[in-house]
Amino acid sequence: MKRIQITPYALLTPAIVVLLAALAYPVGWQFWTSLTKYGLKQQFGQPPEFVGAENYAAVFTNPEIWGVIGRSVAFCLVNAVVTVLIGMGLALLMNAAAKAARLALQVAMLLAWAMPVVAAMTVWLWLFNWHHGVINWLLTQAGVDMTGHNWLEDPLSFYFVATVIVVWMSVPFVAFSIFAGLTQVAPEILEAAEVDGATGWQRFRTIIIPMIRPVLMIVLLLQVIWDLRVFTQIQMLQDAGADYTSTNLLGTFIYRTGVGAGDFGMAAAMSVFVLVLTMLLSAPYVRSLMKEEN
Amino acid sequence: MAAKAKDKMRPGKAAASAAAVVLTLIWVFPVYWMLSSSLLPNTVLTATTPTFFPAGGSLNNFAAVLSSGTFFAALGTSLAVTLIAVFFCLLFAFCAALAISRYHFKGRTSFVLAVLFIQMLPAEGLFIAQYKLLSSAGLLNNVLGLSVLYVAAVIPFTVWMLRGFVAGVPADLEEAAMVDGCSRTGAFFRITFPLLAPGLVASGVYAFLQAWNEFTIALVIMQSEASRTLPLWLRTFIQASATRETDWGQVMAASTLVAVPVIIFFLLVQGRMTSGLVAGAVKG
Repeated sequence: MKRIQITPYALLTPAIVVLLAALAYPVGWQFWTSLTKYGLKQQFGQPPEFVGAENYAAVFTNPEIWGVIGRSVAFCLVNAVVTVLIGMGLALLMNAAAKAARLALQVAMLLAWAMPVVAAMTVWLWLFNWHHGVINWLLTQAGVDMTGHNWLEDPLSFYFVATVIVVWMSVPFVAFSIFAGLTQVAPEILEAAEVDGATGWQRFRTIIIPMIRPVLMIVLLLQVIWDLRVFTQIQMLQDAGADYTSTNLLGTFIYRTGVGAGDFGMAAAMSVFVLVLTMLLSAPYVRSLMKEEN
Repeated sequence: MAAKAKDKMRPGKAAASAAAVVLTLIWVFPVYWMLSSSLLPNTVLTATTPTFFPAGGSLNNFAAVLSSGTFFAALGTSLAVTLIAVFFCLLFAFCAALAISRYHFKGRTSFVLAVLFIQMLPAEGLFIAQYKLLSSAGLLNNVLGLSVLYVAAVIPFTVWMLRGFVAGVPADLEEAAMVDGCSRTGAFFRITFPLLAPGLVASGVYAFLQAWNEFTIALVIMQSEASRTLPLWLRTFIQASATRETDWGQVMAASTLVAVPVIIFFLLVQGRMTSGLVAGAVKG
């Protein structure tokens, strides 16, 4: 049955039109603007002036921006690795624990996963509140005097709080994905290895790890991509009274440069940088999904 | 692993179960603390010793939050934006999913590839341009403007999710109905569509959650007080906390109002979402 196929293209048209208007056009605009001087004057009607790679040169010679990039990369790597390690630990626990305990852990994970990010942020800010937060109280009870300690004052401790929150929210997805991978490991193989005298660690390293490697790699990659763009958590921690020049990451920096200070040329150059970085990082993930598709 | 005949509680299993219980408590605690604090008056919450069980709690915080009026305005905006976004996202994504799973045509692979890449685009790398786009179209602080951005943001993953469901309904079924005298459209609406209903519901809930929880784009687009969505409304409580004493009981009541419907919806679709994200990797 060979017909001229118009139907599939007609079916795709609405989706493509929306994607072009709301995503492709802005990306194009952004790329063009990143090559122009587009500041407050242009906001009031002056045509943007073409400056070539000047914004990029400015971005990459600005020590403040290198600070932001450095902090973002460090934050993203630490968070991704910690999340995947804890997620894997929890997946192994789910696999090893008795049924009731596993169910409890899974319900807890689902709750944390389901929390809307803004609601989760308000709760964590309340937990870490310096006057009345329960975390300061618990630490003080445990013998570390934290009465009135402001967690958001020092950048390192600011990032520690951000990491706790991001990890708490991200671990469930990782744990469930790895757990799904673990259920594919045939128990017979593990039993055979046990009969042959393999220790728990040996079974883990030589059987389980190689078998869940694809899932591990994908969740690690997704976590890196997602943690690189972290915005809401940082923005709301800053809202709660942290100094933002020392705590900005890529997302909040672009927001403040563009929407805040009106320097759209620079903000666009930074955005293009983030987009390119994300696309490069996404390539292996997209490849793995295409494998499924074909 | 299935329980073996003589599976007495091995020490390893007992230790794993104990650890799982401890971690359960740690992970649940923030959610519990939100609910518990939402029931307690501020005087109790700011006492030197925290109250761990909200015995004698009341719904006063909820009453205070709901009577302030700003909640319902934000709820209205969120509902409008989300419903418009979900409707068009589902409609457009469903058409696209049909195209890529029922037809082989030139450009199909490129489209799928584009969808997968677009799905990864970070809002943080786009919002400046989207802000300028809507500002030049006069659509800042506008429900329609934000909805269009949400439709575009959610379509890619929805297409990907629906594609799986459509592919799961064998085309043979449709063809069998056509042999029995159904028209192609008739076969589609009588056979395929009902079988796809669960997939459409799951994808719709997914799109709903994405739009309902979205913070970043809303922050940039809906800057005026009158056009706040619920997440932005919730944020104002935190902004105020930096400068003056906060009524945390009310903040937690507000968070609970925002979170509970989301949690319920999320539990409905969770399984399907996870498998969509890592399908390729799990099946290997």
